[in-house]
Amino acid sequence: MIEILKDKCDFCGCCVGVCPEDAIELKEAEIKIIDEKCTNCSKCVWICPVEALKFNKAGVVK
Amino acid sequence: MLNKYDLIIVGAGPAGSIAARYAAAKGISVLVLEKDRDVGYPVRCGEAVSKRSLELFMEPDSKWIASEINKFSFGAPNGSEVVLEFSETGYVLERRIFDYALAKTASEKGAHFVMRAYVNGLLFDGDKVSGVKYLHNGIQKEINSKLVIAADGVESRVGRWAGLKTSVDFREMESCYQVTASNIQLDPDTCYFYFGKETAPEGYLWVFPKGKNTANIGIGVSGLSSKQKAAKVYLEEFLAKKFPDASILTAVAGGVPCSLTLDKISAPGIMLTGDAARQVNPLSGGGISSGMIGGSLAGDIAADAILNNNLDSISKYAGVWHDRLGKKHETYNRLKDGIYNFDDNKFNDIAKAFLKVPPEKRTLGKLFTTALINKPSLLIDVAKVFF
Repeated sequence: MIEILKDKCDFCGCCVGVCPEDAIELKEAEIKIIDEKCTNCSKCVWICPVEALKFNKAGVVK
Repeated sequence: MLNKYDLIIVGAGPAGSIAARYAAAKGISVLVLEKDRDVGYPVRCGEAVSKRSLELFMEPDSKWIASEINKFSFGAPNGSEVVLEFSETGYVLERRIFDYALAKTASEKGAHFVMRAYVNGLLFDGDKVSGVKYLHNGIQKEINSKLVIAADGVESRVGRWAGLKTSVDFREMESCYQVTASNIQLDPDTCYFYFGKETAPEGYLWVFPKGKNTANIGIGVSGLSSKQKAAKVYLEEFLAKKFPDASILTAVAGGVPCSLTLDKISAPGIMLTGDAARQVNPLSGGGISSGMIGGSLAGDIAADAILNNNLDSISKYAGVWHDRLGKKHETYNRLKDGIYNFDDNKFNDIAKAFLKVPPEKRTLGKLFTTALINKPSLLIDVAKVFF
């Protein structure tokens, strides 16, 4: 599953803009992935300007 | 605050505030909901805009103008630099103050602003959007309106809830990082751009002066490049090399959708504007002036639809936008595709060829002509936007 490293996140919304599933919720300084919607496509990981998202293979639920 | 509004606008950036001003000026009731605690902050923007496009909406004011620009400098990968005079004047803004001034003009026309109002859902009357759900100071609320304008920026979630496909292909999203740096040497009336695989693959790095010895130094790289190395890392490498003594006063991340405008920017009861509609110049990544133009059209059309009691008439918005600017963005997008896969040798060759042009004859159009001389079909596009 995708993990957000909250200490690195700048809450900029870049990941939300590319998420095809609307699976990321972002407030002013709060962010979370809606696990039920996330398909682990990893586009958010690739686009993040500050490397605040990480694909965590161990957490993937089949 | 009223119990219901004619128009609710989500987001108080330039697009949202201008939409609010135009709609309120026509006499309808307008509510603007902004998720952050401040208008204009944090500043996720290079802040450069042309004087001409700014003046369509605001009388220039020294309070929010950090620098006046009349030259461009283009840096090639081998270090050669081409300087050209800008045929018009540009500004680097203080968005923090500018956005605030813009919101104030909307409130003076009667628009009501609420900060820290996080919109998290839409209300529907059948298939038509009829209001929003929002969280304000920990309390979940609902409020009805005849129309909603989503100006919620790069995230663009509000439109999705109305069934519009707003997500941007990650290859067309520019992953951005910017610092405001002081204690640096640069020409305060020049905007600098740097290109090349090592510096900013499928994008560019900018240095936009903010007064003396200070500048916004930022970078945008495509999603494909960002997959290999993050924007922040590219920028830090550039700073270490070029401005090792700089003091970093601000640092922000961001995303700029450098794609065409969405095919559908309205649905029953709702319109999208600004970054949320992907109304960004896909070549430059500039979104201030195009967002304000999009916002003015959306605000105008929404107010007319409400005053004429013909809410279906908002469907003309996409066509009006296309005629005004969307069509031009299609041309910019072709030019972007034309230059995106240039390798470093190509950039060096362009600089070399362009340096032979006498300084008084150097224009942006001439630069693009030089760059795209081997792609005759794109030269027509260059002519369309620069001559």
